Amino acid sequence: MDQPYESTAHADHEHKPHGWRRWVFATNHKDIGTMYLIFSGVMFFLGGAAAMAIRAQLFKSGMELFDPGVYNSLVTMHALLMIFGAVMPAWVGLANWMIPMQIGAPDMALPRLNNLSFWILPFAGALLVSSFFVPGGAPAGGWTMYPPLMEQFGASFPMVIFAIHLLGISSILGAINIIVTIMNLRAPGMTLLRMPLFVWAWLITAYLLIAVMPVLAGAVTMLLTDHFFGTSFFNAAGGGDPVMFMHIFWFFGHPEVYILILPAFGVISEIIPAFSRKPLFGYEAMVYATASIAFLSFIVWGHHMFTVGMPVAAQLFFMLSTMLIAVPTGVKVFNWTATMWRGSLSFEPPMLFAVAFLFLFTIGGFSGLMLALVPSDYQYHGTYFVVAHFHYVLVPGAVFAIIGAIYYWLPKWSGRMYDMRLAKWHFWLSVISVNVLFFPQHFLGLAGMPRRIADYAPQFTDWNMVSSIGGFVFGASQLLFPYIIWRCVRAGKPAEARPWDGARGLEWELPSPAPYHSWQSPPSEAMLAHGAEH
Amino acid sequence: MNKFPGEIYDARKRGPRNSAGCDTPPRTGGRDDLIGLPQGRDRAAEVGREGSETRTCAPRGLGKRPANRAGLGKLAGVASLAAAALGALPAAASDWGQVNLPRGVTNVSTRIYALHMMAFWVCVCIGAVVFGVMIWSLIFHRKSRGAVPDVTLVHSAKVEVIWTAIPVLILVGMALPAARLLVRINNNTNSQLSIRVNGFQWGWQYKYLGTNVSIISKLSMASDAARMLDSGINVNSVPHYLLSVDHQLVVPVGEKIRLLITSVDVVHSWWVPDLGVKKDAIPGFINQASFIINPSKAGVYRGQCTELCGRDHAFMPIVVRAVTPAAFQAWLKQKEAAGKEASAGAPASTSAAVST
Repeated sequence: MDQPYESTAHADHEHKPHGWRRWVFATNHKDIGTMYLIFSGVMFFLGGAAAMAIRAQLFKSGMELFDPGVYNSLVTMHALLMIFGAVMPAWVGLANWMIPMQIGAPDMALPRLNNLSFWILPFAGALLVSSFFVPGGAPAGGWTMYPPLMEQFGASFPMVIFAIHLLGISSILGAINIIVTIMNLRAPGMTLLRMPLFVWAWLITAYLLIAVMPVLAGAVTMLLTDHFFGTSFFNAAGGGDPVMFMHIFWFFGHPEVYILILPAFGVISEIIPAFSRKPLFGYEAMVYATASIAFLSFIVWGHHMFTVGMPVAAQLFFMLSTMLIAVPTGVKVFNWTATMWRGSLSFEPPMLFAVAFLFLFTIGGFSGLMLALVPSDYQYHGTYFVVAHFHYVLVPGAVFAIIGAIYYWLPKWSGRMYDMRLAKWHFWLSVISVNVLFFPQHFLGLAGMPRRIADYAPQFTDWNMVSSIGGFVFGASQLLFPYIIWRCVRAGKPAEARPWDGARGLEWELPSPAPYHSWQSPPSEAMLAHGAEH
Repeated sequence: MNKFPGEIYDARKRGPRNSAGCDTPPRTGGRDDLIGLPQGRDRAAEVGREGSETRTCAPRGLGKRPANRAGLGKLAGVASLAAAALGALPAAASDWGQVNLPRGVTNVSTRIYALHMMAFWVCVCIGAVVFGVMIWSLIFHRKSRGAVPDVTLVHSAKVEVIWTAIPVLILVGMALPAARLLVRINNNTNSQLSIRVNGFQWGWQYKYLGTNVSIISKLSMASDAARMLDSGINVNSVPHYLLSVDHQLVVPVGEKIRLLITSVDVVHSWWVPDLGVKKDAIPGFINQASFIINPSKAGVYRGQCTELCGRDHAFMPIVVRAVTPAAFQAWLKQKEAAGKEASAGAPASTSAAVST
């Protein structure tokens, strides 16, 4: 401890193991959070490498680099690595770091479970990535794994299913830990409706995870038994139905989308008030909107499969329920806008990423609304319009929020400031290139380019080139990020306890870097009141 | 500025209306002619032929378009300039204008286009308001301009109700026409012609129900040769690279055609944007879709499989040739006669090869 801290009397209890034991036997929420974030970063760059290969292949019409089978593997692995390897672990890592600090707790409630939920991940990730090297190559049926196509792949098929089981177990354990921590370890006076929105968002996300990860596990297990044990869940010849897999998959898949984005809503709700120097507008409305979105996410899955031949009544239901999601999402965007309104704004890197999120996520929301209209969806479905839509919500949405969160809390974690100028370069390169990368994909989809194709007709070449150039710039700019973090941790200037003057919340009442066991004595009511000004 | 020049898209893609603009006489296209349409019998049928389309009627490259072509000269010119400026673009550059859905050639596709544009403009209007407010704050409520935060502005039940209610009304306004159109699209009754569409890895089989006519339609040989890794063939020299087939699906204009769509192996999806039809081909199950091509819109319409179906998913295009009912009947008779001859000569019908 090099900084004064209220409960220094307890600080010598910080008997952490040293060397490799500190990490392998880790029970500390910060150590585990750090490992989650590093794992996520590694997966992000692996998934990113797949994305670069995809954009290189699509640079121009005519098969250029890869065999189409390899291309399909790249598409599949890009999705699996980014969703299960990069974005979800990044959120769990941020939850690990921030939830105890934000609710006034010393650590997560179940530290050994926490250790297990992390250490499953590297093995699951390794299993997934190593499927590239088995006979037949990595799975090439898309992350949606629709049968019967999925069953055509060789040795990688059981590997990817086992990897998904492991990733699912890890997510469920992490979610249980988060719920137990939030329910039991809040400091006295930290009532549910005083919790920071990041904590709220994660509480709701954790319930989504527990509800749907078993559904995915069930779906892929049925695939496994269809393939190896002679069942016919998804095989019409045996009385099954391939469409049933799609229903089960998307019953998981749509809440999964919100698992990726709800914590982002939480982060944005922390960053925008801090740099607007004004409390969040409509705190309670934000909580209710998040909960409504989570509820609605369970009844909209059919919009992923409007073309499979559902009854008209079912299509109508899924169209209306999907459109309904625009209402609470709109409420969130309006509240963020109202938070900035008549604030006192400054644009440090976290705020830059948050503002970009606000604009670009909204664009993703607009295309989502268009996709909800079934007749139009008949034309959009399975095209690059869909690719543009979900990349707008996931890259300048979820990924920008993760980057913004790290820039926001890094001084608290490391006790050091990072290079603001370089971080602003990172932002501007990212925000420009991400639009060059994904905006033309709207055009491609509308003009008729299907998604997941290894080669395309020459009339799609122009916009694909633009998109690829944007992709390469975006990919290269992300290399700045680990460099900035590394420089900050190694040689950054010391950070104050509250490096952002507008930042509110219990984590900023702790010194920087935050002590190993965050809150060993509960925060005072004055701190709570200062933190929770809504 | 018209960002979505649907007309331009139309003018560029549709052969029939552009053939007058060709300097060079229409060449007959490549593999697509295997279908064996009666040569020169019917103008409407002739007009839909591969060779008369813009893409092949003039040498490829910048400035290939005659300056007098209505509706697209300016934008294509700008695009060509931009393409030339970028330098790195292939000879076929100037497809920058392809940024929107086609209006298509069926009543349904036109209505889908209208719904799409309505939704687009609604989004643009909402975006203008919301982004406008955000940008106003970003400019005028900055700390560096001495803005003082109004910390009392934290809650208002009134505005929460307003910005919940207004979106609901907008959504209802969008949902109603969408629902009406949805019901209309899913009405597959009273069709005049039924065709079974059978997807397979990787191509389509079409069976004209009630006849012995069956077509197996796969990527054209020219495209297939060019798409190989290191083929050394410039894909821009291949007519309709990846969007041409050896045997086209021939249908009459003005008649309601019902497709019964299924698959023999994995899930595929049959999509022709100009017809406004996309429907999944599910092994073991039969889906229905139907369309009526406007009588004045004889021509060739292209699409692709839109559900990942394995290695060659990118290489199973769909080409529909719409001809007059008279030409269609003539074609069908000829095919039926050919089929009978074949089955009389050799008992194993070629059409059965795939469906088994």
